[in-house]
Amino acid sequence: MLTQLANTLEALDPTHKFYWLIGAVAALLLIASIVGWVLKHRLLAKNNPSEKSLKLINNLISRVNAWWVMVAILVIAFLAGKLGTIILFGFISYFALREFMTLTPTRAGDHRTLSLAFFLLIPLHYYLIYTDWYGLFSVLIPVYAFLLMPSISVLAHDTEHFLERAAKIQWGVMVAIYCISHAPALLLLPITNFEGRNTLLLFYFLLIVQLSDVLQYVFGNLFGKTKVAPIVSPNKTLEGLIGGGLSTILVGAGLWWITPFTALQSAGMAAIIVTMGFLGGLVMSAIKRSLGAKDWGNMIEGHGGMLDRMDSVSFAAPVFFHLVRYYFTP
Amino acid sequence: MLVNITRLAMIVLVRLLVGAHPRWVGAEPSFAQSIYFTNHTSHLDTLALWVALPADIRAKTRPVAAKDYWGRGKIKQFIALKVLNAVLIEREVSRHRDPLAPLLAALAAGDSLILFPEGTRKAQAEPSDFKGGLYHLAEAFPQVKLIPVYLDTLHRSMPKGSYLPVPLICTVRFGATLLWHADEHKKAFLTRARAAILHLI
Repeated sequence: MLTQLANTLEALDPTHKFYWLIGAVAALLLIASIVGWVLKHRLLAKNNPSEKSLKLINNLISRVNAWWVMVAILVIAFLAGKLGTIILFGFISYFALREFMTLTPTRAGDHRTLSLAFFLLIPLHYYLIYTDWYGLFSVLIPVYAFLLMPSISVLAHDTEHFLERAAKIQWGVMVAIYCISHAPALLLLPITNFEGRNTLLLFYFLLIVQLSDVLQYVFGNLFGKTKVAPIVSPNKTLEGLIGGGLSTILVGAGLWWITPFTALQSAGMAAIIVTMGFLGGLVMSAIKRSLGAKDWGNMIEGHGGMLDRMDSVSFAAPVFFHLVRYYFTP
Repeated sequence: MLVNITRLAMIVLVRLLVGAHPRWVGAEPSFAQSIYFTNHTSHLDTLALWVALPADIRAKTRPVAAKDYWGRGKIKQFIALKVLNAVLIEREVSRHRDPLAPLLAALAAGDSLILFPEGTRKAQAEPSDFKGGLYHLAEAFPQVKLIPVYLDTLHRSMPKGSYLPVPLICTVRFGATLLWHADEHKKAFLTRARAAILHLI
């Protein structure tokens, strides 16, 4: 019975697999929306609903609503093909960098550097993905931007905090452009026996990263007691991490049929994505706090800013990309 | 038609570039006739404040702009007069005319205004000293609400002399109405008005 199901799923053509996935995600969101609605009505029916529970449930509802919008945008981009997906991620990088630089103290001397980072570097970097130019894609920011950005800033002859400014700009560009772009860069990998199906792998990756965040949030709110990093990220709990992480790995194993992996390999990949995503959440939270903010922005209702949603993606994407490239391409 | 398309395009562009998200710190958005006065740091200021206003309030709010810049050239004139419905004023003081006359006329017609009491742009976080215009308008129309507004990152986004902007998120903070005291001296009033903006930083 189970092998039969497995064979049927595996035999589906990529387009049908894609529709099945969208259907599954929509069903999950529908359940989440209904749960949110029921919880809210049950709470409001009480005599004196607690302020804290109401706040939590309202946040849950706005998070789910934001998810509907995000999934819709993602699906439209996927259906528009490679160009659509790359443009979408270009904008994600743009908004992420905008949030990072808003909180980063820079000086007038960095003005030209920053303008070029936004309006030249982002299009150029994503253009390289579009043209499958892996060689330049992998060194453009770590080598050329790393050397040329401070070279442009130095022309302003301002030495005040020069190293801090250059380092912070490089960090923002690395995280917001370079790291995040490794998700759509999955589209340029020539994976053995997986031609024409790379969008499915990107879908798999995004689903695992985001599901890990969502399930850690759910398990954390239901069973969370022990805080893992109370100072850096007070919402992360050990129970959330273990419960959310393990269930995500299970889902990952069950999704092998949309990947070039076996079920076991898929579980392993999911474990790495979960781990890197968790570390990304921690590091980005520490950076945010060191810049004196609680959220990166308020672009996505209930979630915070773009970087609050992309922090785990930024750490998981490059590692996942290189593992796939090393083991699954010729 | 063209005006509406340009208007929509400008709103989208400003949102993409600097966000211009409103935050009503001291008051709720109100239909009452108002003068929104704010710190002036870049070319984006007028647009950011204009975009941050709720659409129906925006429709009856007119930015004040310098005639010597916005009155020249067909495109600039189209944007200033048609799209933004700006009130153009002379920056050069002349003995023959009252430079505030167009503003007094707009207020008399019931319009709200966006005003930069500093006069010129300065790429700094804090506003410099205010010129007298705001006082004279408030004196002539004491029933019009005076709303202090602070624009927070635009001096970094587009300082004077830069060609390309840097996209940074600007939060447009609207403060509590500044009350008009009939017996207050001009200098004290202007200091108090500037303090109302500093209070929002």
